[in-house]
Amino acid sequence: MSTATDTKRAERNAPAGERVADWADGRLGIYTLAKANMRKIFPDHWSFMLGEICLYSFIIIILTGVYLTLFFTPSMNEIVYHGPYVPLQGVRMSEAFASTMEISFEVRGGLLIRQIHHWAALIFIAAMMVHMMRVFFTGAFRKPREVNWLFGFLLLVLGMFTGFTGYSLPDDLLSGTGVRFTQGAILSVPIVGTYISMFLFGGEFPGHDFVGRFYSIHILLLPGIMLALLVGHLILVVYHKHTQYAGPGRTEKNVVGMPLLPVYMAKAGGFFFLVFGIITVVAAIATLNPIWSIGPYRVDQVSTGAQPDWYMGFAEGLIRVMPGWEINAWGHTLALGVFIPLLIFPLVLGAIAVYPFIESWVTGDKREHHILDRPRNAPTRTGFGVAWLTAYFIMLIGGGNDIVATHFNLSINAITWFVRIFFFAGPVLAFIITKRICLGLQRRDREKVLHGRESGIIKRLPHGEFIEVHEPLSQGDLFTLTSHEQYEPIEVGPTVDENGVERKVSLVKKTQAKLSQGFYGEGNQIPKPTAEEYKEITSGHGHH
Amino acid sequence: MSSQDIPEENLPAEQGAAHGAAGHGGTAVVQRVDEDPFHDPGLPAHKPRIQDIDERAAKRSERTVALLFTLSMAATVAFIACFVVFPVDKLVYIWPFGRVSALNFSLGWTLGAALFFIGAGAVHWARTLMSDVEVADDRHPIAASPEVKAKVLADLAAGNEESGFGRRKLVRNTMFGALALVPLTGVVLLRDLGPLPERKLRETLWDKGKQLINMNTHEPLRPEDITVGSLVFAMPEGLKHDDHDFQIQIGKAALMIVRIQPEDIKDKRELEWSHDGIVAFSKICTHVGCPISLYEQQTHHVLCPCHQSTFDLSDGARVIFGPAGHPLPQLRIGVNAEGNLEALGDFDEPVGASFWERG
Repeated sequence: MSTATDTKRAERNAPAGERVADWADGRLGIYTLAKANMRKIFPDHWSFMLGEICLYSFIIIILTGVYLTLFFTPSMNEIVYHGPYVPLQGVRMSEAFASTMEISFEVRGGLLIRQIHHWAALIFIAAMMVHMMRVFFTGAFRKPREVNWLFGFLLLVLGMFTGFTGYSLPDDLLSGTGVRFTQGAILSVPIVGTYISMFLFGGEFPGHDFVGRFYSIHILLLPGIMLALLVGHLILVVYHKHTQYAGPGRTEKNVVGMPLLPVYMAKAGGFFFLVFGIITVVAAIATLNPIWSIGPYRVDQVSTGAQPDWYMGFAEGLIRVMPGWEINAWGHTLALGVFIPLLIFPLVLGAIAVYPFIESWVTGDKREHHILDRPRNAPTRTGFGVAWLTAYFIMLIGGGNDIVATHFNLSINAITWFVRIFFFAGPVLAFIITKRICLGLQRRDREKVLHGRESGIIKRLPHGEFIEVHEPLSQGDLFTLTSHEQYEPIEVGPTVDENGVERKVSLVKKTQAKLSQGFYGEGNQIPKPTAEEYKEITSGHGHH
Repeated sequence: MSSQDIPEENLPAEQGAAHGAAGHGGTAVVQRVDEDPFHDPGLPAHKPRIQDIDERAAKRSERTVALLFTLSMAATVAFIACFVVFPVDKLVYIWPFGRVSALNFSLGWTLGAALFFIGAGAVHWARTLMSDVEVADDRHPIAASPEVKAKVLADLAAGNEESGFGRRKLVRNTMFGALALVPLTGVVLLRDLGPLPERKLRETLWDKGKQLINMNTHEPLRPEDITVGSLVFAMPEGLKHDDHDFQIQIGKAALMIVRIQPEDIKDKRELEWSHDGIVAFSKICTHVGCPISLYEQQTHHVLCPCHQSTFDLSDGARVIFGPAGHPLPQLRIGVNAEGNLEALGDFDEPVGASFWERG
């Protein structure tokens, strides 16, 4: 009884913060939530900060985007400009363009916020790609994180389209040209192309609707979906607990690092301000999309060197280098020259979405993986990743073929042919070279484990021979360099059983075995040193 | 999936099993050291930083962090001052950036500094003063235990039993039907997003007798206005810049006109449809609809700056390079009674990008 009154008195005397927390706990259960998460352990590595850049640039985009909506007029009504920017006075333009001019020249700080918004968008998508590279090359997409990989992939794709609808809003000559290209591409879709175009633009291009429609897609529909995916992505990161690199004391059953409170609150929270601060300074000194010098959109005008934002450069490349194939038959036209790029675009993107499922099928591995691979220890995966990136960057060159031609004094025709050939040849070469480099690095690790580190000390033996002294690795290094897993390739097994009866092996099974050989068969990974090999060498007999 | 039946021994051993249970100097590790030269030595001992052992160094870090936070405060004050002081239209020269808006430039640097120094302070605090002892936390399998799974399945079965979901198939199937159909209302509602294509993409404002109006001077074009080597853009008579549908109409009717020596015109029909070597082609690229603007007067090639499709205007606007799929449509022109250039009809094929119904 006395303890009950004591508790009551203690509650009354508790500090104000605690009393507020008690109030919230009684309604939201915050203590239980905090118990599980406040001291949550996160491992430390510079590459884990890439995802943070994505998150923070997304927050920056939302903050600055909300500000921009306060001044932007998403309307295609035509007006004559009478603002302070003299060169455009008297020019006809849409209200969307005019309000963007107003944000840039009349609203104090408006230009800065507009620039931060656009810069953050470019950085957001670049950061997502680099973050995905980290996840891909370290195998962080493996079970149980495949779904989170898909969330991330969707964020990348939606981010690209949010970016596209966003930079089309000012209705300037450059972005309008991009929208025109989109409309032309839509027209190439068999059967329904003209209908989609009419419905999207409210009639013929450009019409009076697309800015308003892109506006609601850009500020509500796509960011809403992205926000939901982002929350899901983060919840899963917390739920799965972060992956970690191999090292002493780190296993599949633990996570080693520092607690959220206080270290990561300070580091990650501080990093938000670092990212925001740097983007702000970049926005202040490097002007993007100067719509005042580009001018308002006119469907019959264009400027040279027209380029989309970088993340659309891949699609731009596909459309530029594709030969102009066109089939006319039975009163219909199939514009393959435009439609094929339109199909390749999602296929190339989709390849990275499905990769985790292909790899887990090839390995047949159903276990959870929390220790990250070093890229060298998964040569085939690393090779695929680099091949994909090679195709992507070659198409980026294709998308900027005019810029490359003018800057390097090259023939645009030659660049186009280079891209046509190397879109196919480049990834193959990249795959072979990457795989060889990975295997070479695996051999070096093996060397290091068995013979120690080269010390740079040359010793002369009594009989005159010179040798370099190798220092043995520390136990931690020995463990780290040998802790990776090596899969045995799957065998189809004998096709005839012991009684000579033919055993049916399905095509799926054969493909799986074939792929497994390609991933893990002989010559596709270097066997890591065994304890016996190590003991034989270190016991003194195995002199090198 | 067939991979289910891969024997366990083909999978590499779990890390823990191969190298002994990793712990922090647990007995299990010690036992296996002799057998496995690659065993996990466990978490390395914490290496203290200078701030951990020297209170003066810690004080120095404390002052640095406080200084960074103070700099941020100063930058915020400076931001407000710049906002008030600099007029929005003031330009200043700052090397190496050139002429920049004083307001934009100063706001950017001060806001950037105000944000950056908070981050720098927090990170420096975390790196030098907060504990950097690494701790290990256990992971638990994501998948539920068999008991939990059995309980969930039993609950589901109970729900199924109590609702009769599986038993009363008529109810279930009609519900699926209703749920499948109801989104159709949303699809139907989208119908009025735009009109049907009909013949909209096949027709332009050009018609028999419509004069060619110079885009720049807004005067009717006369043959003598067009000299060899020049490129002139024209629109149809009657179209005004302030027309409600100006953009839509010019997007189809935009015309480019050049004069080529008649003997240089290789295409027979092109020569027939020209007037005295003056030829008029659609300005809208047949690839994806950009306006074509780059003319090379010696070769009579025009290049679309968007995707580099190149057309030979002396040979029926044939595609000679790039992704366009067919030549630019030609407009048949002549001269009217006043001596002005006029169209002798609309284009005989749709202008711009190809589409399914183009034929």
